[in-house]
This record gives sequence, C-alpha cells and structure tokens, in this order.
Amino acid sequence: MANREPVKRGAERQRPADKPVADTSAAHAHKGAAKHRVDFVAEFKSWIRHHKSTARQSLQRLWLTPLPSFMTLAVLAIALALPGLMFVGLKNINHLSGEWKGDPRISLYLQKTLPAEEAERFSQKMLLRTDLAAVELVTKEQGLHEFQRISGFSDVLEFLDKNPLPAVVVVQPLDNQKASLSALQQALNELPEVEDAVLDMVWVERLSSFVRLANRVVLVLGALLALSVLLVVGNTIRLSIESRKDEIQVAKLVGATDSWVKRPFIYTGFWFGLIGAVIAWLFVEISLLLISTPVGQLVSLYQTDFELQRLGFIDSLSLIGVGVLLGLFGARLAVGRHLREIEPQ
Amino acid sequence: MIKFDNVSKRYPEGHDALRDVSFSLNRGEMAFLTGHSGAGKSTLLKLIMLMERASRGQVSIAGQDLAQFSRDDIPYHRRRIGVVFQNHQLLFDRSVFENVALPLHISGYDEEDIGKRVRAALDKVGLLHKEKLNPITLSTGEQQRIGIARAIVHKPQVLLADEPTGNLDPALSEEIMRLFMEFNLHGTTVLIATHDLALVSRMPYRTLTLDQGRLING
Repeated sequence: MANREPVKRGAERQRPADKPVADTSAAHAHKGAAKHRVDFVAEFKSWIRHHKSTARQSLQRLWLTPLPSFMTLAVLAIALALPGLMFVGLKNINHLSGEWKGDPRISLYLQKTLPAEEAERFSQKMLLRTDLAAVELVTKEQGLHEFQRISGFSDVLEFLDKNPLPAVVVVQPLDNQKASLSALQQALNELPEVEDAVLDMVWVERLSSFVRLANRVVLVLGALLALSVLLVVGNTIRLSIESRKDEIQVAKLVGATDSWVKRPFIYTGFWFGLIGAVIAWLFVEISLLLISTPVGQLVSLYQTDFELQRLGFIDSLSLIGVGVLLGLFGARLAVGRHLREIEPQ
Repeated sequence: MIKFDNVSKRYPEGHDALRDVSFSLNRGEMAFLTGHSGAGKSTLLKLIMLMERASRGQVSIAGQDLAQFSRDDIPYHRRRIGVVFQNHQLLFDRSVFENVALPLHISGYDEEDIGKRVRAALDKVGLLHKEKLNPITLSTGEQQRIGIARAIVHKPQVLLADEPTGNLDPALSEEIMRLFMEFNLHGTTVLIATHDLALVSRMPYRTLTLDQGRLING
C-alpha cells in the first residue's frame, strides 16, 4: 500500500457528500480553511457526543441484565477488596513498626555496685563523646518506677528490700552502619563502669524483615488478583461481543470504524471496573469498621496509642483508579481479540 | 461510477466465483445483475463493498481503485454506498427509527439532523407512521422497506441490492422496484442483483448476466 496517493486518501475521509466539504481550490483558500475548521469542530462535537451516549448506553445495558452484571461485579469487587484489605493491613504494620523503628540504641547496663553519683558522672562523660547523638540516664529509681508501671508487678516488688535493677545509660549512636554499630557496642562494653552493652537491633531487624516479606506477599497476591480481574472483565466482554454480533456486522456494513464498534465494549469494561472498585472500597471500609473495636481493645492491652489506619483519600482513589484501569485493559484485550473476527458475511 | 476491469475472484478453497469480469456503470445509471444462484452475483457486490477483495483485475468506484484502500479506509468507503439485503439485517433490539438512524449515528450526524433525515427516508418508503415500532412486529414487505430506508438515509452515491425482492410476492416486488427507480431518478447509481427474470424483463434497464462467474451479457 506504499504507493497510495495521499490525495485519494484525503478525499476518502471527507464527510458525506451533502455535508459541507472543505473547498481546497487556491482561489478560495481562506474560505476553504474556515470551512475546514468548522468541519473539524463539528466532527469533534459528534465524537464527544458519541462518547457520551455510548457511556450512558453501556451503563444502561448493565442494568438490562441485572443478575449476570451483579455476579460479575461481585466477583470483581471481591478480587479488588482482597488486595485492598491486605494493603490496609500492611499499612498498619508499617505504621506500627514505624513507631519502633527510629534509630538503633545501645543500652549500657552499669555495674550494680556503682553509686548514683558515679553513674551521673559516667553519663556526663558519655555526653562528651563525639560518636553519640543522644545520651539518656535511667537511674535505678527511675528504672524501678518504670518497671512497676509497665509490668503491673508493683506489689511483688514491694517485698524486695533492695532495688535489684542497675542504672542504665541509653545512648543513640551517630553512625547507624551495622559494622560501626557493633564496633561501638564492643568499645562501650570494655568500659569499666559498664557491665553489659546491648544493641537494641534484633527486634527491629526481625520486624522489618517480616514487613518486607509481608510486602512481597501482598504484591504477589495483588498481582494474581489483578490478573483475575482482567480475565473476568475480558470474558464478560467477550460474551457481550458474541451476543451483539449481528449489530456489529450491520454497523460495519454501513461504515462503522473499528473504534466506533469498540467503544461501547470499552465503556462496559470501564463501568465494570469503576463500579466493582467502588463496591470493593465499601467492602474494605466496612471490614475495617467491623474490626476496629476488637483491634482497639487488643491495642489498649499494650498501652500504645495506636490508631487503626483506614484507606484514606489517596489510597481510596488509587483503589478505584486501579479498578478502572483493569476494567479498561480487560475490555481492550477482549475487544482486540474478538472484534476483528466479526466481519459482515 | 462502478468499473470492473478483468476482475477474477478465487476463494481460498479454490472456488472461482468470478472470472475475468469487465463492465462499467455510469454515474446515475441503474442496472440489474442476474444469474443463477452461485453465479457470482453476491461476490460481485461484496467486491464493491470491500467485504472481499479481487484476486485479479481492478475494481474502481468513482475513479478510485479499491485495491488501494487499507483496512482503515473501508468504513469511509462504505459510507457512500447503501446496501439492501434479502434478509434485510434489521436489529430487533431497537425501534424502526433507531434502525434507520444507525448509518447516520455512525457517520456522526447531530441528533436534530438525524431526526429529519430518518423521517424523510421513512416517508419515502411509506412507513413514517411506524417509526416507534419494533421491526419484528412488521410484515416481511415492511421490513424490506425499512432496510431500504436504512440504505438510502445518508443519500449514498451508489445503492446496491442483493435479492431485495426474494421473499416478496409480485405486487410487493414491483413496489420495491419502483422505489429503486425513484432513487435512481434522483441521481443515485443503482445495481440490483436478482434472479427474478420476469420482473427484470418488465423493466427498461440494462441487465448484466453472470453464468458461473463469467459475464455473458451486459
């Protein structure tokens, strides 16, 4: 087709003969241009009009077959709500671990025999070190007080005649590199006042690797469920194309372009994606409402001021956006495969 | 308007539907295309509609060689042709009005314009009062006239008909033919494939006769 004359193609694309057609003769050049502009505007308007009416009709068509449409929507909503819920769970875990993450600390348990003034002096000395960002002294009394408060063993402790707890100096290193952290821990451990230097990292490390694993699992499951959304939409659109075969053939015979024929099916995919995602959003929010009370009770046992994270505005929009995109893409897949095969006989 | 130059069509199964067919139809001319069933009438119409492509030779419409048209050009080509089928191909999920309006929606006319043109077309075939009905409730003759209204609603340059009177009794057939003659009087080029030789012989028009894919008279 490389030898096609461009003039021919141009003529081919003109509006029907009785519509105003651009006059391209040199004598009427500017008039021709004006007409052409009007034509373009009219064409654009009719394009918009067709989009609007197609969008409306595709939506109406969903309600013509309420049961199948509802079943498809329910499947889509569940397939979208599951990753949505997992995502919220992840968000909460991230939020929770964020409170602990902070910077690694080293707890220096001082010799039990060290007098309080010596402990005070030692913490002053630590403050002078250039490799520490912060130093906090927890005296024996403070330690005991805190232990009583948190553990609930206050009654038991009253039976002890001597405070069994050492004074602790909690330091926050400047350099958070793993190697330098353990070197620092070694060095601090050597100090005569220090009985034991403990790096509070294991717990943080475990939590963060657990979060990484959970992230990965959610990603994989989310991808699988997204794929199932694609397949469900694709299959539904395929059936819809099949049932409108006659209409497609007639439309093609009277001059419908491929995109004109495709449009209603793409919009059907759009509506499935949008409505499915909105229902999924409702599922997620209702589930969160249902579990928020027990979660609150559980959390209150740990005395943290943790608040259950919901989807929020941005994530809600993302959920709906993902639903719409999957719907459109699923429809496009089905349309691309099946519409070309339907030609007038 | 319609020009065939040594056109042959061989289907993939090896069947030769048309062999070396040459003829031309002037702008505003009306002609019949006759022959036994299987003589190649439908294939000839399909080549004009670009539902099939010629294996050899050249088909041109309004001076344009159809072989030059890519897949994307086909819809625009079809918009200047009106087609009437024996099985009328109406859609029973919508009203008579919507059936006739389909080509106009596809070509992007605005609503107001569509209303006027559809009613004008329905008026021409005498079914203006049935625009709101579902075509399934109409008689065969009426359905055929709806099919004709749909074929002429966008005022095509060329009107093709494939056995338009196939299921109709002689009186109705005459009526349909009179409609075609009327459109022809308004300047439309008309080509009607039919095996109703008795009807053809009563009409003062040129007749192209196909026999086993060859044009033996025309």
